Order: sequence, then structure tokens, then C-alpha cells
Amino acid sequence: MEKTKIESGFSSDAKKEPRRIVFITRNTSAKVKDERGPKLMTYPHLLVREAIVFEVLIIVMVLIALFWDAPLEQLANPLLTPNPAKAPWYFLGLQELLHFFPPFVAGILIPTLVLLALIVIPYFHVNVEGKPLWGEQASKRLGILLGVTIALLILLAVVDAWTIIVPTVLVAVLLMASYQSKATSGWMGALRTKPLSWWVMTWFVATAVCLTVVGTFFRGPGWSWVWPWGTHAG
Amino acid sequence: MATTFYAALENLRTTRVWKSIFRRGPAITNRTRSVAVFGNLFLHWLPVKVREKSLRVRAAYYLGSLSLLLFLLLVVTGVFLMFYYHPAAPKAYHDMKDLRFVVSNGVFLRNMHRIGAHLMVLLVFAHMFHVFYRGGYKPPHEFNWVVGVVLLLVTLFLSYTGYLLPWDQLAFWAVTVGTNIISAMPIIGNKIRFVALGGNIVGENALLRFYVLHVVILPLLAFLLIGVHFWRVQKDGGLTVRSKDDDGKD
Repeated sequence: MEKTKIESGFSSDAKKEPRRIVFITRNTSAKVKDERGPKLMTYPHLLVREAIVFEVLIIVMVLIALFWDAPLEQLANPLLTPNPAKAPWYFLGLQELLHFFPPFVAGILIPTLVLLALIVIPYFHVNVEGKPLWGEQASKRLGILLGVTIALLILLAVVDAWTIIVPTVLVAVLLMASYQSKATSGWMGALRTKPLSWWVMTWFVATAVCLTVVGTFFRGPGWSWVWPWGTHAG
Repeated sequence: MATTFYAALENLRTTRVWKSIFRRGPAITNRTRSVAVFGNLFLHWLPVKVREKSLRVRAAYYLGSLSLLLFLLLVVTGVFLMFYYHPAAPKAYHDMKDLRFVVSNGVFLRNMHRIGAHLMVLLVFAHMFHVFYRGGYKPPHEFNWVVGVVLLLVTLFLSYTGYLLPWDQLAFWAVTVGTNIISAMPIIGNKIRFVALGGNIVGENALLRFYVLHVVILPLLAFLLIGVHFWRVQKDGGLTVRSKDDDGKD
């Protein structure tokens, strides 16, 4: 067969005679193993489940609404400041931070950094496969992490922020225990497979929960410590 | 009895009226079941097929669905509340009293809205952390994670703007404490606070602004972003399913 040149009009970067190389190997097929399992039709399988979930949700909410009343205090009065004046529960972690740090750090800097950190998580292409923290160079990593943790704890101790110190120490103890452990099964074995991102997020969640719970239930007049079952007039 | 009911239902589905409404007959074949999803305006952002594994309760605990359902429930109860509410001080507070003592089931209505709001904040947080621990933010889901973070913010703002509306001591001081923090922002802090409150203190203007944000701007934004969020789940190839999910363990 004679080669026919393809006319390319105008000036073109295309090669005149493109080479095509095909590898044909034996015993392989183009079939791809899909480990994600079979699919079901959305209608009815998903929609029925959604309907059930919705019904359960409504039932639970109606039951709560029958036995618990939304709070309503006195008419708003700018001249009468309650002590303590509290934000809604989801901001009480921040309000607890305000107790330790200046307003700019607790109210602006930390929330902004947390938000930025959340947004960049998926673009942070480190360890996408989720390799365990205690894989290669385990002792070096432990050294770095302990150094960072101790520096953080010293800083927190200076401002007396023990509601952050407690969850930080708890997570650090778990971290060291998982380093020491030889377990391959059970919860400790599972802990040993976790990547660094898991540890950072768990520390963040533990701290956020601790701050919010303390701010909601354990803070009274002047942001002093009270017991939720105590009889203060807050 | 039950059989006649189902037979009647089946007959109904073959009528011309039914077909004119739903653009299809009974959904009994895979083709008509596909049409039932993508041929329906309210369902078309769902994929036609879903992984069997992603339907399991442990896959997501339906946290995303629950958040959406709570949002819809809050829209419905919120619209009912709007029938009885004036965003003016101190009338707003008296409307709360009326809901409690005058309006039939007013307490129940307000309770449902309040519980739904708290629950939605809680579940949206839970949804985010669960997605993180499952690695649901990994490619190709990166951008949908970002949309989710913005939705979390919208949820928080929705809840927070609603918090002021009863105009009682709890509402007033919670918003005063919160908006005082904005002043800590260097240079523009006080200006932003002034814009948010329509003045230098939490007063009538702040109530009106928070009301407009709460019932118009933020819900519209939420609607839009929830649409994008669900649509992207489908476009990005469905929910994350891990090979580990086989034995039903984490």
C-alpha cells in the first residue's frame, strides 16, 4: 500500500508521519476490576430509604418538641447585662477561647485559620493513600510530633488554657501509646494504621468538643467554673 | 383489601392523567425507573443508580440526607412562623408570647423550628467530620468539600441570624457578644460590625437586617449551594466507596 500524505493546510505542527506503536501482550484483558460493588436503581431503593429516614427524623423531632420548650426570656433590655452573656452553643468554644487569648487571636485569627485549613484539606496532596503515621522513619516522626506538642503545651500553659491542654494531652498520650504498641488488631491495632491527618483532625475535634462542652455547661458568672447541677443564679 | 388497593394503584398509573403528570407509566422496568429519576425535576440531580455499599447505614449514617431534610423542614416551619412574626422591636417579642399563649399549636411550631435549627448545626458538623474520616474529600471530590465548608458557614449564619429574632434577653446578648468580636478585626472591624447591625448597637435595624438575612438571603444561598453540592456528588461519580467496606467494618 502506498503511503498517502495527509494534506495539512496552513502551517501545522503536526508530524508528517505519525508513528503508532501498539503493544499486544498475552493473557491480559482490558477488563478492570471494580471493587466498589454492584449498583442498585435509585428508584425505589434510595428513595424508599430516604423516606424512612425522613419519617424517623420527624417522629424524633415531634417527640422532643412535645416535651421540651424553646426558651423565651424577658424582653431584650440593653441596660441589663446577664452574667454570663453567652453566644449560641456552637460559638461557645470560641467564647471559651476568648477567655484565654486576646479578642483578635480568639475571635478573628483562630477561626480564620481553621476555616482556611478546612478549605485546603483536599488540595493538600500529601499522603493521598493514607499511609500509617508509624510507617517509615517512625522514631523521627515521633520526635518532631513530641517537640511540636510540648512547645504547644508550654504556650497553652502560659495563658493557663487548660481546657485545651486536657484534650491535647489525651490525644498525645494515645499517640505515644500507639507508637509503643505492637498490636495488629483491636482498637489499638486500628489506631496504628491511622495517618497523620487523622491525628490532627482528631486533636482538633477533641479540643473543639471540650471547649464547647465546658463553655456551654461549666461556665457561670464572670466565666468562672460552675457545675451544671449547681444552684447558681446564672 | 390490600390487593385491591394495589390493583387500583396500578390501574391509576396506567391512566392518561397519571402519564400526563409524571411523563411515564408505572416504574416497573429499569428504563422507566431511570426516567422516574432523571425525568423528574425534583429528583434529576440524583444519580439513576447508586452503589449498594453507599446505601448501607454505616456508609454515611444518612447525615447528608438528614441535613437536607432538616433544611426543608426548617423552611416549612419557618414560613409558618413568618405568618405570626413582625421583625420590629419590641413587637417581635410580643409575637413570641402570642405564639405561646394565643396561636393554636404555636409552642409546638416554634419548638420544631428551634430543635430543627440546633439539630441541623449538629448534623452538618457531624456530616463534615464523617466525610473527612472516610476520605470523602479526596479527588475527584475536592471542590465539593469546599462547597460543603461554605454550606457549613451558611448553616451557622442561618442559625445565628435566627437566634436574634425572638428579641428576648437570650437573643439580644448572644448577638451582642458575637458581634462584639467583629470589632476585634483590625481597621475594618468596626465598619463591618456597623454594616451587619445597621448601627453601633444591636437595635431595631439589626433585627430587621438579621430577619432579611434569615428568611431571604441565606436560605436562597443555601438552596443554591445545596443544589450544587448534590449535583456535584452525581457528577463526581457518586459517594466515596472504599474497598474496606466489604465486610461492613470501618
